[in-house]
Amino acid sequence: MTQILYHNINKKDLHTLEVYEKEGGYQSLKKAFAKEPEEIVEMVKASGLRGRGGAGFPTGLKWSFLAKDVFPRYLCCNADESEPGTCKDRELLLKNPHLLIEGMILCSYACRIETAYNYLRGEFYDLCEITETALEEAYAKGYLGKNILGSGFNLDIHTHLGAGAYICGEESALLNSLEGGRGEPRMKPPFPAVQGLYAKPTVVNNVETLCVLPYIVNNGAEKHAAIGTEKSKGTKLVSVSGHVKKPGNYEVVLGTPVREIIYDMAGGIRDDNELKAYIPGGSSVPMVPADLVDTPYDYESLQAIGTMLGSGALIVMDHTVNMVETSLRLTSFYMHESCGKCTPCREGTRWMWQILQQIQTGKGEAAYIEKLVDICDNISFKCFCPLGDAAVAPVLSSIQNFRADYDELIEKLTANTAV
Amino acid sequence: MFAFTKEDDKQIEKILNKYPKEQKRSALLPLLTLVQRREKHVSPDAMREIGRRLDLSPAYVQSVCSFYTMYSATPVGKYLILFCINISCQLNGCDELLAHTARKLNIEIGGTTEDMKFTLHREECLAACSGAPMMRINDTFYENLTSDKIDQILGSLD
Repeated sequence: MTQILYHNINKKDLHTLEVYEKEGGYQSLKKAFAKEPEEIVEMVKASGLRGRGGAGFPTGLKWSFLAKDVFPRYLCCNADESEPGTCKDRELLLKNPHLLIEGMILCSYACRIETAYNYLRGEFYDLCEITETALEEAYAKGYLGKNILGSGFNLDIHTHLGAGAYICGEESALLNSLEGGRGEPRMKPPFPAVQGLYAKPTVVNNVETLCVLPYIVNNGAEKHAAIGTEKSKGTKLVSVSGHVKKPGNYEVVLGTPVREIIYDMAGGIRDDNELKAYIPGGSSVPMVPADLVDTPYDYESLQAIGTMLGSGALIVMDHTVNMVETSLRLTSFYMHESCGKCTPCREGTRWMWQILQQIQTGKGEAAYIEKLVDICDNISFKCFCPLGDAAVAPVLSSIQNFRADYDELIEKLTANTAV
Repeated sequence: MFAFTKEDDKQIEKILNKYPKEQKRSALLPLLTLVQRREKHVSPDAMREIGRRLDLSPAYVQSVCSFYTMYSATPVGKYLILFCINISCQLNGCDELLAHTARKLNIEIGGTTEDMKFTLHREECLAACSGAPMMRINDTFYENLTSDKIDQILGSLD
């Protein structure tokens, strides 16, 4: 089984520089410094690496959009992991902080960046301390600071903690937050690559994405491109949670059937229950009924069945779940996390929640479902950022695939009224 | 009256050094965090002082402070319990465990014990879904919770 990120994740004291170096850590730096920065960008493009935070945008291409000849430039690592179901970055930061630092150095060198920030969600205070200890070790060893390993390349990395806002995982909201503002998303364009942090060209990459870079530089783009499917290259950390026997983070070669992840890696459904549905990429992507469990886990195959790979959070639900309850819980989340900037999202999520609450408590009417769909339609693609679209995903997909769950609750009411 | 200590001043200088000189507004969240962690809330007085340090109006500081859930206007208990209620935890029975915790502490969800020892909040996903159900108490994550385990954890905190 090919593993890029997790082959040594449970090695004792991997978080220390000593063990990390014994495992071959930081060896990619000399290889990178022997090349021109642009060669590294080309290498990452050729590797086929796509953003692992949720959008799946090609990483090298994202870097190549940086405004030409405008300096300083910044790198912001997105460690605001908040997508419900996702817990992979937390494990990387906890157990292998130097891997991220090495990745951040490679990205910064490739993009001619001299200042980088690691934006961690506020609840990751413990991980921030671990990261800072690792940064101190890296500075002391000359992997950070001025003239790194005699290359003439300078880089400082700083940590920055958020303070509890899901929306800050959206890259432009993250930048506003890092600038000391409310975490509201920005109008795009301009994209961060042109005007990002402090209106300077900025790369925003997810923790996992950056952690893949040492492998690519050490082994070459071809080696990475040989893993996975034709269009989905490499591996993905999949956070499996919900009704499985062995929840956890699994490194999966892209293209592995979902069935294999749920039944072989995660041990199957609890109490050997029947699978009802799964959400393949975090709560913001449409849920999928059990009969599509043989879908290969990669960007294109999941898109073909109307959902997304997203952040790689595979949430598994057995036959005991009523999808109205799931929709209500997730809608409550999006209502809470809507930043309030765009009316459709701010007001719409509340309306959705009110209607779902009525249905869930047995006060729903048949017309409510149509109303829900109509509200969803008025949120989709009408907001600055994808939070609104995310909010409608679980609701619409549950109505589409599990209409009976809604009807059951509504019919109960009709039956009661008739009596 | 809120005032930063000398120790804080050193900390603030370290924080400011992370950002370009003309961008000290970036230090706003770190300073609010510094105050919240020690005072267990951020008072209007503290907001004014932070604003003074960073050349920001009190109104601006408040607008940012109120955006983020980790800053509170009134003091929270010595131990802040954030109980995850999002999907992976819900699927694993967090609702009952949260109710159990509230009963055990004899407070409403969102409330604080009279001795100011515990505050209990519902929390959205904390990125520990493979260890669901879970809660965070101050900076520590507790995973794979059961009611017995919760009793044991609460009992172990002074």
